[in-house]
Amino acid sequence: MNISMKWLREYVDVDWDIDAFCDAMTMAGTKVETYEELGKEITNVVVGKILQIEAHPDADKLVVTKVDVGSEVIQIVTGANNISEGDYIPVALPGAELAQGLKIKKGKLRGVESNGMMCSVEELGLSREDFAEAPEHGIYLFDEPKELGSDVKPLFGLGDIVVEYEITSNRSDSFSVIGVAREAAAAVNKPLKMPATQYTTYPGNIDEKMKVFIEDTERCYRFVGKVITEVNIQESPKWLKDRLRSCGIRPINNLVDITNFVMQEMGQPMHAYDLDLLDYNEIHVRAAKEGEVLETLDGVKRELDPSITVIADKEKAIGLAGIMGGEATKVLETTKTIFFEAATFNGTNIRKGSKKLGLRSDASTKFEKHLDPNLASLAMERACQLIDLLGAGKVMEGVIDVYPVVRQERHITYDVERINQIVGIKLSEDEMLAIFKRLSFGIDKEAKEVIVPTFRSDVVGIADLAEEIARMYGYDRIPTTLESGTPTVGKKNKKQKIEDITKQIMEASGISETISYSFESPKAYDKLGIDSNHPLRQYATISNPLGEDFSVMRTLTINGMLNVLATNYNRRNENVRLYELGKTYVPKALPLKDYPVEAEFLTIGAYGEIDFFDMKGIIETLLTRLGVVDGVSYDADIDMPFLHPGRRAKIMYDKMELGYLGEVHPETADNYDLGQRNYIGVVSIEVLTKIANLMRAYEPIAKYPAMHRDLALLVKDDILVGQIEFFIKQRGGKILEGYKLFDVYQGEQIEEGYKSVAYSLTFRAKDHTLSEKEVSKAMDKILKGLEFELGVTLRQ
Amino acid sequence: MQNKLNEIKQKAVEAIQASTDLKKLDDVRVAILGKKGELTSVLRGMKDLTNEERPIVGKMANEVRSDIEKALEEAKVVISRKQRELKLKKEVIDITLPAKKRELGHRHPMTVVLDDIKDIFIGMGYSIAEGPEIENAYYNFDALNIPEEHPAKDEQDTFYFNEEMMLRTATSPVQVHVMEKEKPPIRIIAPGRVFRSDEVDATHSPVFHQIEGLVIDKNITMGDLKGALEVFIKQLYGDSVKAKFRPHFFPFTEPSAEMDISCVMCNGEGCKVCKGTGWIEILGCGMVHPKVLEMSGIDPKEYSGFAFGMGLERITMLRYGIEDLRLFYENDIRFLKQF
Repeated sequence: MNISMKWLREYVDVDWDIDAFCDAMTMAGTKVETYEELGKEITNVVVGKILQIEAHPDADKLVVTKVDVGSEVIQIVTGANNISEGDYIPVALPGAELAQGLKIKKGKLRGVESNGMMCSVEELGLSREDFAEAPEHGIYLFDEPKELGSDVKPLFGLGDIVVEYEITSNRSDSFSVIGVAREAAAAVNKPLKMPATQYTTYPGNIDEKMKVFIEDTERCYRFVGKVITEVNIQESPKWLKDRLRSCGIRPINNLVDITNFVMQEMGQPMHAYDLDLLDYNEIHVRAAKEGEVLETLDGVKRELDPSITVIADKEKAIGLAGIMGGEATKVLETTKTIFFEAATFNGTNIRKGSKKLGLRSDASTKFEKHLDPNLASLAMERACQLIDLLGAGKVMEGVIDVYPVVRQERHITYDVERINQIVGIKLSEDEMLAIFKRLSFGIDKEAKEVIVPTFRSDVVGIADLAEEIARMYGYDRIPTTLESGTPTVGKKNKKQKIEDITKQIMEASGISETISYSFESPKAYDKLGIDSNHPLRQYATISNPLGEDFSVMRTLTINGMLNVLATNYNRRNENVRLYELGKTYVPKALPLKDYPVEAEFLTIGAYGEIDFFDMKGIIETLLTRLGVVDGVSYDADIDMPFLHPGRRAKIMYDKMELGYLGEVHPETADNYDLGQRNYIGVVSIEVLTKIANLMRAYEPIAKYPAMHRDLALLVKDDILVGQIEFFIKQRGGKILEGYKLFDVYQGEQIEEGYKSVAYSLTFRAKDHTLSEKEVSKAMDKILKGLEFELGVTLRQ
Repeated sequence: MQNKLNEIKQKAVEAIQASTDLKKLDDVRVAILGKKGELTSVLRGMKDLTNEERPIVGKMANEVRSDIEKALEEAKVVISRKQRELKLKKEVIDITLPAKKRELGHRHPMTVVLDDIKDIFIGMGYSIAEGPEIENAYYNFDALNIPEEHPAKDEQDTFYFNEEMMLRTATSPVQVHVMEKEKPPIRIIAPGRVFRSDEVDATHSPVFHQIEGLVIDKNITMGDLKGALEVFIKQLYGDSVKAKFRPHFFPFTEPSAEMDISCVMCNGEGCKVCKGTGWIEILGCGMVHPKVLEMSGIDPKEYSGFAFGMGLERITMLRYGIEDLRLFYENDIRFLKQF
């Protein structure tokens, strides 16, 4: 909301320095975004009168003039051809600055001295759109004598300061000059001066001219109408045009300008109908009929439906209520009699209607904010006063005012102690009441009630009263305290601790953290080679996405990671190791009616100096740190088409799927323009949280010596070391402390189809030194087991 | 005999002094004190001495032996030290050769800042709460007292799956989940992803992060809100940072405020970041609206509280002087390695 200080000062006498005033407004809740002095860059331009015009001795297109600028008569050489002796004009004196940084100096034009410049509106930073009377490519000529040598800025509405306020959405009353003035009056504690609303009326019977019916009182709360006769459409006076220009509205004619002025001043949109163009002297506010067509003021024929509210005569729509008038009844230059409307429509209905029609107007923007019905009559009075003042027509006596349910002021009990408690201050009742009075609230001290004016629909309860007190008292004056309630212990839960540990382990492993989007393109699933009927394709789809690339909620985190790897690969970053802690969103059913399962995953992606077993090692380091030592197994049978069929594994813990890892399938890598071998590891944070054991218990350090045995086995090719280890563990008994694979060999001396696998086994008892016999027995058991279960024999 | 002993001692001392390494020293020892050594063979001749001479020469011989042994021992220490010194000299390295560094991974800058923020609030007695990113209309709007007309409800701002389900537009719904589940006193922060329909540019992203805060207890005042946030902001940006509270409007708090802090880039002098004002808007806050308390099952007559919300991207950008938010989601390793 932009408001000129000059205009604001009509209602409240603010003589403060502009910065202090803006601060006060901001601190009182009407935030000042910025302010701008109109024509600030223009200096030293005064009114001059052309005394003499003579031909230039050496140039046909130039003339030499003598101009009276009050204090002296100066010589100006100009190429302008629209000037005559006796004209009053704006003159830029030497040293003047004009629009776009133009500076005026004394000089010579074709050998003749010139000590200034006559100005066009463009040179003053203005345009012919605002000053229709200004000539095209010519000097601006004042239409009447002005004081010679006086500053021209006020004559063009310049020099005024326009302040831009941020109005919060709860304060529909502040979207007007009066509204902001009311806040300003409260902020600087000065009285608010309301504009004059007295005018002369002329005899007539308004009820014969028009009848108004509100057919749906949920859509229209009030309809105020007046009739103006002998309409006289002309240009508006300068003061009115200046006001409109200061808030960026182009003056058109007195009638249009009055309605725009009242809309700015009061915040109430109005509409004028050419009474003679109405087919019937009846107005109905009703829902549009299905398929009803109306041509609006902008010349567009619009098809309506019952969700849209129209102003209609007895038969047909003649205007869109609160949005835009109809073409057929609009006011023209020739209009003699008008019917003036100031109505209050349902804001929600207007918002929905204007959205549906794709038509937002200044009026609909105002109505959307829910106007006070009591404003309609006030605005009508003001408009009539201006019509009378400007001689734009004769206001017929009488008024039509259909107002089914009169909006009443709200009474709220004020509890001084409670308000002090909420804010944390200690004001007395009288101090509080003084603040309410500043805000134009009424007070019933006996009933301990404030009476809230109807334009403050946002003030409903005690918390609202507390805010009014707090903002007028000053947020900066509220003492800063530390809460003294029941203490609580701040902490992280197990999952959050595990996330922290995960990040530490990743960092220690040289892996850096990334963040990727939660939504992606459905095409990602094609790139990953996931079947069209695969359950992972059961994703939630955003109905209004920013584009296909951001349209479905990810059901796995791989696409995001591969994209990040691709970005890095494409930028020639070498040896990249990254991770993300992020969610997938798996709907329980589609369409989405309930919360989906939001599951968090650690996703690791890397290329460069890394292989499958590095990735496995990173994951196992994390598991070890989280106390998960036993029970983890790897299963090559996994349905992840984006992984290398021979280098991928499901990570299992008991029967729970903990995650998966593998090399990215070369075809998938191609789809992402990734050039080298890439590795992926995914671990479920939920499962990790379930199985992690952060408790530690002390175990005495072994006292008795260990015995070591090596075991070289001849194993069929297709047997996995994991299978061998399973039986080593199973058969080794209590005294088997550990085992370590130290060699896998294929080639010379090993039969075709076999491999040699060598382990170093460690045996130890807690309570005695092991005997040779005990160890041999355990070794025997292991070997027999391996032979029986897997056909593995000792290598000879 | 006695002369012989003196001669041996003299010779031994000379030989010991002439020895430059332990081997030679040992040769000296063997040559004199060994089984076939000079002194040993002299001592063997003791049996030929008279009874009177024997104790005198015996004593002398023992002295000579002990002196030689002592001299040997001393020489050994000296030689060992010299040899070690020599060895150390040979082992001199170029200490400016490159270090063998273990490359560590790096936390995302937003996580670094978020971890700091979590630490500050945990120290103040807050716990970390979480909530769903896909929300329903009740938690995202209604329970937060957001009216039908609020711009946030508009399709232009919110990503919808259908009328009922949407991506949360703020972390505020977590407030409601927590209040429904827990009894006061409540002190939580709720960091997380939020979503708004903004095209990607230097300051906007359709996915971004917020940190919500909520305190509910008896007798909580606006002064307490100011106090808590001032402590927080000084911990985060340093003691010299000033905070300013301005009235504002949020549907779920009343009274509501916005907090500005003195610009951390220019210390309030005025720069590009603060648009010359010396202040930057950093968070929204206010006293929890009685209606919100009531809807979540907390009696507003008994309890009051405050809530606040801030953008993690903005706070991180201010901390590190990052000018383009897109860097956060590009994840170029050269960017990540800086934090």
